[in-house]
Amino acid sequence: MRYLYYPGCSLEGTAIEYNLSTRCIMHMAGVELVEIDDWTCCGASAAEATSDLLSLALPARNLAIAEKMEDVDEILVPCSACYLNLKKVEEKTRGDQRMMNTLNTILAEENLRLQGRAVVRHLLDVIANDLGAQKILSLVKHSLRGLIIAPYYGCQCLRPYTVFDDPEVPQSMEPIIEATGAKAHHWDMGATCCGASHMNTRMDVGIELVAHILEGAKGADAIVTVCPMCQMNLEAHQRKISHWRHAELDITILYLPQLLGLAFGISEEELGLNLNLSASDAFLEKIQKAA
Amino acid sequence: MKTATNLDVYYEAVSASDKLAPIQEMIRACMQCGTCTGSCPNAFAMDYTPRQLWRLVLLGQKDEIFRSKTFSLCSDCYLCTLRCPRGLHLTEAMDALKQIAAGENRAEYKYSILFNKNFMQSVRRHGRVKEMEFMTNYFTAVKNPLVPFRFASLGIKLIAKGKVSVSWLPKARFPLEKIFQKVNELETPP
Ligand code: SF4
Ligand code: SF4
Repeated sequence: MRYLYYPGCSLEGTAIEYNLSTRCIMHMAGVELVEIDDWTCCGASAAEATSDLLSLALPARNLAIAEKMEDVDEILVPCSACYLNLKKVEEKTRGDQRMMNTLNTILAEENLRLQGRAVVRHLLDVIANDLGAQKILSLVKHSLRGLIIAPYYGCQCLRPYTVFDDPEVPQSMEPIIEATGAKAHHWDMGATCCGASHMNTRMDVGIELVAHILEGAKGADAIVTVCPMCQMNLEAHQRKISHWRHAELDITILYLPQLLGLAFGISEEELGLNLNLSASDAFLEKIQKAA
Repeated sequence: MKTATNLDVYYEAVSASDKLAPIQEMIRACMQCGTCTGSCPNAFAMDYTPRQLWRLVLLGQKDEIFRSKTFSLCSDCYLCTLRCPRGLHLTEAMDALKQIAAGENRAEYKYSILFNKNFMQSVRRHGRVKEMEFMTNYFTAVKNPLVPFRFASLGIKLIAKGKVSVSWLPKARFPLEKIFQKVNELETPP
């Protein structure tokens, strides 16, 4: 299996461990990732709040470069915000020649041309459907039996485009978690919003949303995420939130491929676990003792 | 003098309704059922609920809409879009309101505007967003000493983890300049 790979800006900065662990587990699964040449920012949520056209032109540039590269059409994207921005171009140009022409007028400035071949895939979609629980199971060397893991999906890999899971009651992570030997935590917070950039502009509101999620995870050993923004929001402000709610809400937050990597017997360093802001010693010990 | 003032008011009303017109078009079919409000994770913090906001949009109440914080509290979760029984693209309509507020540099929306503006500047300079540069510029632009303070402990943690670098920043090479300029050109009315 081969995919083009769009890491996105966060995976070069605050989410390096998401990049490391994604590459690690894909390598273990025999999947080849070909990074898109000279990729640039997808616009995140800032372009969309600035200009409609810019919010499509920025991701379109990356799709156009991807289409030039290989005879592979599928682009694997780990960040949910990047995924949605790239997917939006795929969806909005399909069958809309006018939109396609407008974007191509802009891309022509860089001698690029979008044909509409690229298919944008979220990492979770690829893990759940292309690899599948059976493949994951076959790679497990260190069972995580005894652990309870809360699957957190967030919003933008599920909505508005319903591609690989139920947009309100997602389930795609459960068989994957269970393939590692761990149990999936049953809760109804998996598809709720982490507040996105509220943490930067309206922290009071962001904290309220995250507090609900952390409270819902009570009883689990860790929450797994599939998005750098969700990860940061859930892990970075736990002490403040606990203090504010008068409760112990600290919990380990991991990226899904980090959890899988631990089950595959990959070392903590290779998975960048030392880079997480909330991986507790108690959790890491429990992992060691599991199985 | 009086005539000029009246004309000013008139022109402002016309251009206001002009800007809202595409959004009104998007949500014309709203039947005020309240599903959007019931779905919105941020409704608790809003002054007008999303349902009320859509009504104001249809009524062309531009001043009231932009006095309200409602649209700036949308975190793009897409639940309302998913559930609206009329199938309206509500998240995009929220984004369109954010774009108007940004275009007009509305004071009430200051933090979000500065956040997005500094983010896009970093993208324009480097092609990829340099998180440290962007956050530093954002905090400087906000000019509220309490804002960076709230982030101090996080900033220190990130620097300690080597996730953001304070000392090294690449030289700006503006790799997306042609795209930014072309978008600008297409968006500027002749
Ligand atoms: S859910 Fe749709 S139809 Fe119902 S009030 Fe909201 S916008 Fe209107
Ligand atoms: S997309 Fe925005 S307005 Fe709609 S439910 Fe989510 S936060 Fe509320």
